[in-house]
Amino acid sequence: MKKIQLSKLPQLLSAIAEKTALYLPVDTASGAEYKKYEEGDKLSDACNTNRSAKDFFFPQVENMANFKVEGKKIEVIDIRKETEDFVIFGARACDVRSFDILDRVFLADPVDTFYKNRRQHATIVSLACSVPEETCFCGTFGIDAADPAGDVSAWKTDEEMYFRANTEKGEAFLASLALEDGEEEAVREEQTKIRSILEKLPIQNLPTDHFKAEKLMEHFSDPKWKELYKACLGCGTCTFVCPTCQCFDIRDFDTGNGIQRYRCWDSCMYSDFTQMAADQPRHTQMERFRQRFMHKLVYYPANNEGVFGCVGCGRCLAKCPINMNIVKVIKEIGGDK
Amino acid sequence: MQQVIREKAISLITSGKAARVIGWREGEFFYDQTPEVFTCPEDIEKNFVYNGFSGANLSKYLIKESEKEGVVAVFLKPCDTYSFSQLLKEHRIKRENVWAVGIPCEGKLDIDAIRKMGVKGITSLEENGDEITVKTIYGDKKIARAEALAERCRNCKSRKHVVYDELLGEEGEVLESARFDMVEKLEQMTAEERFAFWQGELSRCIRCNACRNVCPACTCEKCVFDNAASGIENKAPASSFEEQNFHIIRAFHVAGRCTDCGECSRVCPQSIPLHLLNRKFIKDINEFYGEYQAGADPEEKYPLMNFTQGDMEPADAFKKGE
Repeated sequence: MKKIQLSKLPQLLSAIAEKTALYLPVDTASGAEYKKYEEGDKLSDACNTNRSAKDFFFPQVENMANFKVEGKKIEVIDIRKETEDFVIFGARACDVRSFDILDRVFLADPVDTFYKNRRQHATIVSLACSVPEETCFCGTFGIDAADPAGDVSAWKTDEEMYFRANTEKGEAFLASLALEDGEEEAVREEQTKIRSILEKLPIQNLPTDHFKAEKLMEHFSDPKWKELYKACLGCGTCTFVCPTCQCFDIRDFDTGNGIQRYRCWDSCMYSDFTQMAADQPRHTQMERFRQRFMHKLVYYPANNEGVFGCVGCGRCLAKCPINMNIVKVIKEIGGDK
Repeated sequence: MQQVIREKAISLITSGKAARVIGWREGEFFYDQTPEVFTCPEDIEKNFVYNGFSGANLSKYLIKESEKEGVVAVFLKPCDTYSFSQLLKEHRIKRENVWAVGIPCEGKLDIDAIRKMGVKGITSLEENGDEITVKTIYGDKKIARAEALAERCRNCKSRKHVVYDELLGEEGEVLESARFDMVEKLEQMTAEERFAFWQGELSRCIRCNACRNVCPACTCEKCVFDNAASGIENKAPASSFEEQNFHIIRAFHVAGRCTDCGECSRVCPQSIPLHLLNRKFIKDINEFYGEYQAGADPEEKYPLMNFTQGDMEPADAFKKGE
């Protein structure tokens, strides 16, 4: 266990940024956002950034390849580059778990080299949630906001910040910094404090046992979907602010004398999602709405040893224009209600 | 007022006057209500809410609901009736299938505005006149109600209902508001400053389309930006495109029809003040063609669709931008 006085945190951040690119959540007029560290930036106390941390590994838009066309000749230009090393400082337990969920998709065979490249170059310093929000439901998915994962875990107390390395990468990172030795006891106290707050939160431990792969058709045919989707606007807010939504589209942009092939986030809420030459599988908003939640609560766990495709960060609760969200779905679908 | 509205909703259903009622369904918390089409009196008694957080404008749901068989009743706040009126003018709603009930509004609260004051872990809220008490798991906090209001309500343009079949509570007045103050500030900036302002705001856009999908003036069957055959479909938010095209094109498309209901800014997950674009158009229309409020008068022709000899000459409008 290592520690530093909070008063010395600015110097610590500067020291990290001198060696590697450093990203951290900072407060802005429109809410907390991750940004590249600049001298004077202060670490935000917010639980959620507006956009999730998935952007670091799976950006909303990225170029994949270029094609140069001259007459009948097409030249493929590989534009992939090795990513620089970078540090994410202050990711919350929910967002850190989201990386595991994305890994199971992008690092499974065939490996997504764009994703892997970024993932390998990142060092993740997580931060325990001292002041969790009423919209937090990470505990539902077995995530402990008092003991976040990552290469290094950090805890902020009144006067100090404590660090614990969880991986070799994390140990090397901490060894490169000027830190004092810290007391385990102080962290245990902070954890007890956080856990006692978590117990008081209204949706921290939702029952999810009723979602089972063998009941797939039963969940799929639940008449409640027709009630729940009704007000849905079919916008992509929930999918875009979600740290685990991983669907993308690949498109070609005609540059006049060639092609820029890019990918961008897609949303199962959109009418042209998975549109193919022949047709598309989901014609109505009800089907699209159902797809999103079935994916997170039934399909994903069925393919990933029961791990749910949600981390309980609460962004969709805060951002959905009509306030429909996965918590309401968990409570209505397949349960006793 | 909630109880009066619930009773009205129930009586509309039980008397057979309406087959369905559009209102707000109680959420997981006190502030996260969902628009709902109610059909069952017991459901209404238990789950229909109307309070400081019933902000969603329900008028757009009438486009689909009025196509169905039977009468649909809807509860509309004063500003929502402007949207309803404008949609009627555009023949987007079957009037004979709608029973509109006007309800009073004291201005809606914005949970994000409360959160921005550093209030965390919110569990309940009490309104006592000009003051509200927010209860949280970390203790209570008293806030002036005016500070917790949504921007559109701080600059409320009218408490008068423009179209309705019946009214609950007292009718209000059209108000003097300061809603163009920020537009004026933007006009006074240099072109470079103004571009920098909008670049800062619009580059945050994630292109979720919530602003478009919630907008009562955006009612195209298929948006050109969703049409792959149009050649300008764009799922990827390229900042130059969002900053210079999408939102501005959308604002142009709803110019003269936008009633300034403020739903676009309410739903934006990135807190972009999109209403300022619309207000600029409204202000320009007022100055070029005389005072005009979309939705206010169901009969009046709209200035951009109606030539008069008093209209501003394009050359004069051009000079104004210099």
